[in-house]
Amino acid sequence: MADATLTHNMPAEYEPSLFGTYSKKIGMWLFLMSDSLTFGALLFAYSYGRISTPQWPTPFHSESIVNATIMTAFLLTSSLTMVLAVRAAVNKDAKAQRLWLLATMACGLGFVVLHGREWTKLIEEGLTLSVFPKLAGHAANGEFAGVAQTVPQFPATFFGLTGMHMLHVTLGVVYLGVVALRRYFIPVLLLLWLAAWLGTPATSPFHYGAHVLLLAAVVCSIILWLKPKVYDSSDVEVAGLYWHFVDLVWMFIFPLVYLMSARII
Amino acid sequence: MEPYQQAIAEQVAEEQRHHGKAQFFWVWAALLVMTAIEVYLTYQNMQPVRMLTILMGLSLIKAALIIGFFMHMKYEISRMKWLTMCALVACLSLMLIFFPDAFRILSLGVK
Repeated sequence: MADATLTHNMPAEYEPSLFGTYSKKIGMWLFLMSDSLTFGALLFAYSYGRISTPQWPTPFHSESIVNATIMTAFLLTSSLTMVLAVRAAVNKDAKAQRLWLLATMACGLGFVVLHGREWTKLIEEGLTLSVFPKLAGHAANGEFAGVAQTVPQFPATFFGLTGMHMLHVTLGVVYLGVVALRRYFIPVLLLLWLAAWLGTPATSPFHYGAHVLLLAAVVCSIILWLKPKVYDSSDVEVAGLYWHFVDLVWMFIFPLVYLMSARII
Repeated sequence: MEPYQQAIAEQVAEEQRHHGKAQFFWVWAALLVMTAIEVYLTYQNMQPVRMLTILMGLSLIKAALIIGFFMHMKYEISRMKWLTMCALVACLSLMLIFFPDAFRILSLGVK
């Protein structure tokens, strides 16, 4: 049915689209397919480690599960607000589109903040990677002090997988910010960078990780300078595809990493 | 954007104008309910393999809802649906080849 409708009203000199949609969307789908293989490899690596390691730790207490559940709710709600932003965009309602995009960004930001809190708590309890800055005193006394030595696969795969996802969410927020506010988002992004950099202690991996925002600000500035434009419904839809993908990946990380490693007493 | 691409984008947007708003809220509610079920199961002290099976089943349903409704795959033409989804599932399934090795390590008792 859709095959037939999409060939209507097209100029005769052009070849019809093979996939019945515009190139930008096909390009994003191709990117998402390749990205899903990246996450697939990380999830399989985590599962491999879990199967082959009998003493796999179960560090997630009830508090962590509640935290991760709220994070999941944030992401699911952000997907709803994103789809409403796309709907507003196709209805050419610019104000509603911007508001729904900002709501999506707020949910994404909430997710990152909660995730950062979870990471900080685990690091303070001794679950760490060798690349992270050392915390004096914490590692020796923490609940997971020996985990990094006895089961190094756990922190490596946990921080690798969730860190990669957190990076995707952060870049998703930046992407939506550019679509919603265009060049006005750059100062906001720089303020977020300063807040994240100066607001976290030097012993936190987020103190250095915050520079991703500075890098994103530079890249976004170059893109907006080279190609200034008003983003239309197709741009919002393509941004939405990326955002929903980030949500989709979490639907596998949440049960596999958190729920299957829960310690409920 | 090229004029032809613009024409297709407008056609796609025109089709999306007819998607009911309510269905997105239903999908969102279903996703939240399935998440609540997953968390509830965590507190039931189930056998790990059984729990993993149920959790992965629910995750696949959630993924299908997100791809189908939120990512609009349900409304794409069948060529797009089949090619993207079959390619993705085939590539991800190939990674399963590593799992027998994980079990082999376990049976060998490697520390």
